[in-house]
Amino acid sequence: MPVQEKDELKSWQRRDRRTQLTVWAGYFVGMMVFVWCWQLMSEETFWDFVWDAPRQAGDMASRMVPPKWGYINALWRAIWDTINIATLGTLMALVLAVPTAFCAARNTTPSVTFVRPVALFIIVSSRSINSLIWALILVAIVGPGVFAGIIAIGLRSIGFCAKLLYEAIEEIDENQVEAVTATGARGPQVLAYGIIPQVLPAFAGISVFRWDINIRESTILGLVGAGGIGLHLSSSIANLAWTQVSVILLVIIVTVIFSEWVSAKVRHAII
Amino acid sequence: MLCLEGLVKQYKTGDRALKGIDLDVPDGQVMALIGPSGAGKSTLIRCVNRLVEPTKGSVRLNGQELTKLGQGELRMARQRMGMIFQEYALVERLTVMENVLSGRLGYTGFWRSYFRKFHQTDIDEAFRLLERVGLDHMVDKRADELSGGQRQRVGICRALIQDPELLLVDEPTASLDPKTSRQIMRLICELCEERKLSAIINIHDVLLAQMFAQRIVGLQLGEIVYDGPPGGLTPDVLTQIYGEEDWESTIEAVEEEDGDEVIDEEPEAAGGDQQAPDLGRDRMAGMT
Repeated sequence: MPVQEKDELKSWQRRDRRTQLTVWAGYFVGMMVFVWCWQLMSEETFWDFVWDAPRQAGDMASRMVPPKWGYINALWRAIWDTINIATLGTLMALVLAVPTAFCAARNTTPSVTFVRPVALFIIVSSRSINSLIWALILVAIVGPGVFAGIIAIGLRSIGFCAKLLYEAIEEIDENQVEAVTATGARGPQVLAYGIIPQVLPAFAGISVFRWDINIRESTILGLVGAGGIGLHLSSSIANLAWTQVSVILLVIIVTVIFSEWVSAKVRHAII
Repeated sequence: MLCLEGLVKQYKTGDRALKGIDLDVPDGQVMALIGPSGAGKSTLIRCVNRLVEPTKGSVRLNGQELTKLGQGELRMARQRMGMIFQEYALVERLTVMENVLSGRLGYTGFWRSYFRKFHQTDIDEAFRLLERVGLDHMVDKRADELSGGQRQRVGICRALIQDPELLLVDEPTASLDPKTSRQIMRLICELCEERKLSAIINIHDVLLAQMFAQRIVGLQLGEIVYDGPPGGLTPDVLTQIYGEEDWESTIEAVEEEDGDEVIDEEPEAAGGDQQAPDLGRDRMAGMT
C-alpha cells in the first residue's frame, strides 16, 4: 500500500515495500545475468585478435584510400537499377497491400472469420522473411537480375505497408463513417467519403517511409545476384579491390541520404 | 409521420436499451427526447435509420415499414432521413462543400461522386443552404478548420440537402458553448418550420429542450416516462426522469428566459468545442 498513515501524517510513495524489494531483486538478477554472459563471451573470445583489431582496421582503411574515383563511372547504371528496384518494388507492394489492408482491418473486412485470417497470414508471412532471403529464392526461380530484386522488395514490403495501413484503418473515427452511411450512401461511397480521406495521410506517410527503407535494402540485394549496386560490392570484395569498395560505400551513403531527404520532404508536405 | 411500435433493442451484451417504445411523431413536429445518459436516447434514434438494428418492434415512416427493408431499400429510406450528430461527424479532411454534398451521395452514382461531379441542382442547393446558415464564404475551407458552431451548421446542411422527411438529431449542442447551442437549436427549429419537417432531437439540456421543442419525451432506462408539452416538466417529472435532485432552479431559469434572452455571457470561442457549462448543464453533469 503506497499510502501510509503515521501520526495524522499521510505519506505517499510510488511503490510499497514489497514491490520495491521485488524491483530491486529484478535489477540484481539482471545484473548477475549480464556479468555471467560477459564472462562466458570473454572465455570464447580470442583476445589476441581483438587487441589486434585497431591495427587491422587501420590496415583495411589504408587499403581503402584513396578511393578509386574513376570507378564511379562503372556504377551509374547500378545506382539507377538500385533506385528502380526500390521504387518499382514499393509500387508493387502498395498495389497489393491496399486490398490486403482493407481485408485485414476489423472494421472494413468482408468477413472476420474467413477473409481476415487470410489477410493476416499474408501480412505475417511477408514480414517474417527478410528481403535478402526472398531475393535468394527468387534468383533461383526467375534467374538473377533486377526483376528478382523488384519482386523480392515487393514481397517483403506488402506485409509492412499492409500492417501499418490496416492499423490506421482500424483507428479511424467511426462517427464520420456512420454519418456518411446515414445519408444513404452505397458501400463504395462510404469507403471513398468516410474512410479513405481519413487514412490518406497515413497511406502517403507509409509509402515514402517504405520507399526510403527499400532504397537501403536494395543496395544489398546484389550480394545474392538480384541486381543493383550490391552486385559490384560483392565482386569488389571478392577481388579484394578495397579502393573500389570505398567508392561503393560512399555512393550508398549518398543515395541513402538522398532518399531520406526526399521522404522527409514528402512527409512534411502531406502532414 | 413516424410511428414506433413496441420497439425493443437488446445489445449482444444483454443490455436492454429499449424496452418496447411506442411513439408517434406527426409531420412538422419538433420533439425533444430527454433523459439521463444510458437511457437509450441515442439507441432510439439510431434504430429509426437502422445504424443500430432494432431487435423487435416496428418503425414506420409515412407508412413504410423500415425494419424489414433489404440493403438497397434501406439506403433509399436513409436518404429520406437526415441525421445530425453530437461531435458533428464531418469528414474532417474534406472541404465544407464536399461535406455538404456528401448528403447527396445516395442520389449520385459512384464514379460521379468519386470524381466530385455532382449534379448542378445539388450544387445550387448546397450553395443555397450554406448561405442560409451563413457559411457561404467558407465553401472551400476544410472541415477541421472550422469552429464547433460552424461545423454543426455544415452538419445541418448535410442533413438538409438530403431533402429529408424527418430529422434525427443526436445531441446537437453537447459540444458547444451556451450561446452557440441556442443558435444551433434555433436554426434547427427554424429550418424544420420552413420545411415542415418533423424532428427528434436528443438533448441533455433540459432548458434548451423546453425553450425550443413543441413536445418533450422523457426516457428512462429504455422506457418513456413522460410525454407532453414543455410546460409540463415539473420537479416531480424531472425527478422521475433523472432521479432525485433540486429541480426548482432549472425550472425557474426557463421561466425567466422565456421572457428575454440576455443571460448569454460566453462569446463564441474559435475552437468552440469546449463545454462551457451553464447552470442546468452543470447540474446534469453532476448527476450522471
